[in-house]
Amino acid sequence: MTDSKGKNLTEYEIRRRRRNLLLQASVTLFALAILAVYLMPMAYGVVTSLKSKAQTSDPGAPVWPAEALSFEYEGEGYDILQVPTENGIRHWALVKKGRRASQFIDPANPAGGLIDWEGNWRQLEPVREFAVQWDNYPRAWNTIDFARLLANTLLYAFVTMVGTVISSACAAYGFARFNFPFKNLLFMVMIGTIVLPPAVTLVPKYAFFINVLDWGGTWLPLIVPAMFGNAYNIFLLRQYFLTIPREMEEAAQIDGAGRVRTFVAVILPQAVPALTAVSLFHFFFAWNDFFEPLIYLAGNREANPITVGLTEFNGLYSSETQLILAAAVIAMIPPLAIFFLAQRVFIQGIVVTGVDK
Amino acid sequence: MDMFTEFGAARGQARWSIRAALRLAGAQREEAKWGLLFIGPWLIGFALFYLAPMIVSFLFSLYDFTLTAPDDAVFVGIDNWRRMLADDPKTWETLFVTFKFALISLPIGMVSAFLLAVLLNSQHLMGRNIMRTLFYAPTMVPLIAAILIWSRVLNPQTGWLNQMIQVTGIQAVGMDGLRWLDDPSLIYIAYTFIGLWGIGNAILINLASLQGVPTELYEAASIDGAGWLRQLWSVTVPMVTPVIFYNLVLSTVGLLQYFIVPYVLNDGNGYPEGSTNFYMIYFYKQAFPFQNMGYGATLAWFMFIIGLAITIFLFWSGRFWVYYAGESRS
Repeated sequence: MTDSKGKNLTEYEIRRRRRNLLLQASVTLFALAILAVYLMPMAYGVVTSLKSKAQTSDPGAPVWPAEALSFEYEGEGYDILQVPTENGIRHWALVKKGRRASQFIDPANPAGGLIDWEGNWRQLEPVREFAVQWDNYPRAWNTIDFARLLANTLLYAFVTMVGTVISSACAAYGFARFNFPFKNLLFMVMIGTIVLPPAVTLVPKYAFFINVLDWGGTWLPLIVPAMFGNAYNIFLLRQYFLTIPREMEEAAQIDGAGRVRTFVAVILPQAVPALTAVSLFHFFFAWNDFFEPLIYLAGNREANPITVGLTEFNGLYSSETQLILAAAVIAMIPPLAIFFLAQRVFIQGIVVTGVDK
Repeated sequence: MDMFTEFGAARGQARWSIRAALRLAGAQREEAKWGLLFIGPWLIGFALFYLAPMIVSFLFSLYDFTLTAPDDAVFVGIDNWRRMLADDPKTWETLFVTFKFALISLPIGMVSAFLLAVLLNSQHLMGRNIMRTLFYAPTMVPLIAAILIWSRVLNPQTGWLNQMIQVTGIQAVGMDGLRWLDDPSLIYIAYTFIGLWGIGNAILINLASLQGVPTELYEAASIDGAGWLRQLWSVTVPMVTPVIFYNLVLSTVGLLQYFIVPYVLNDGNGYPEGSTNFYMIYFYKQAFPFQNMGYGATLAWFMFIIGLAITIFLFWSGRFWVYYAGESRS
């Protein structure tokens, strides 16, 4: 009895494991297939940024970066084509084009002179060689003046990051720990600003910054408002501060620390993960910011951030696909790199604002 | 608790009495002073960059006012509003375009985020952490870079999307193929693809919510004979409705301001056949290139009213379909 029961169990176990393995393999393969399609444009961007301009617009060209070979004969360059002959396909350079018959030269034996070939040369495929145009990257970098765009973007991102994190942390502490009149009302108003379309405040802000303060073409209309905190950051930091036990602050206050001292010396060191997440969010926001730089910096190309610079570049050099994609790849490397390094804090931060936990 | 739940909690506890606020004494007064000091920076910023501009924006809407000649501003009463609502066909055309696109892109985006989260939460998926990171990666690509890449991937001749579709046997490449960015009947799908590169946050909060569903629920459903699909629909979906609601509100408000993709791709000129004349593009043109501050402010205020109406409607409807665990549904 026990024997047969034990045997049955192992059989059941084997079947269960086999089924699990099959399920595991199919789910994983399915996910990989979706991932391949989802990330395909990224691969396209990188591969195409390494092609020559001629190849990017040629539908018949191979997927990988390649270059059509040519051969120099008597001081001039001629394309090498794949020519079918009685002795199989030969790689010959096309010297004299004709509709019915053309003349070729064999690059391996130029001394042999011109070779007559019957047929339409237009139907012949060029000979291609794997050739990566690394050169596109420095060319894109210089054409777009990426160093200046990068400096503008980084300056904006860091200055506003420091300002918004400090003021958001103060406000978050106020909402987390103190009772004051209309606290709940103000808190509701703060969350309300998240669903407020920025357009509704934009026109008077624009008129005021441009006409009254004469800040047109400078970064001030973007930097100054960021110094007063932001609802997302305040909310996220408040949620974090609420999880810090009050005992630590009470102990500090018994030791004679004031409110500000308690905040700086007790709360902030406890909240490093949340402060990091908020700093990263702001950094990515600034890196992506487009609409406000577009309207406030209009007329001052020197001050452009990466986003606006890329857009102008796309308008001016729209036929230079390989350069535009190289610039796009350069622009996506820093945020992707930071994300891969700091993903844990970052993901935790996103989850806090949107999940009931 | 998530942002909107906290909003509801604050609404439940809000005190509206000014007299009570002034009656504070002693320690309470001291605490209130410090609280206000700490939120001070935000409060000043709110007054200067939200409250005041909103009021002034409304006042602007009552004037005919251009920045090039600010001294010639004329009070016109409700003329701007009448023009916008009755005389200017562009208002409704651009709103229609915006809603049409939202109705296509919103469901696709939200369902994709939910299903990808289910996939990434699967016990059977190998390498879950690396998969999650990779599925999130496109969200980190700056939107402008993403648009530039997608505009070439969607090229009818040389783009990889059509070449991939061609492999399956469908005629996609070439002039008679799928002209994603030139065909008014495909353009919203093309824009939705670009949008799918930004659903990482929605995937993440869906995922976090899925991880919070108690396993007992699945066990109970399984004992009752519910299959995978039935469990997904009857257990998983109701448990993640708060997250779906949160994503729905933020995406709707975001789509009302849809601007960057059509602006970068074709300068906001509506190509092809006016199908990309979004409301925000129209507002931008009136307010900035034309410097039409009065009419621009009117369009902006109307956008605010529409956004507010939709948000209130969504919050009201949420009572019927958003399920908060631990709360009784009455």
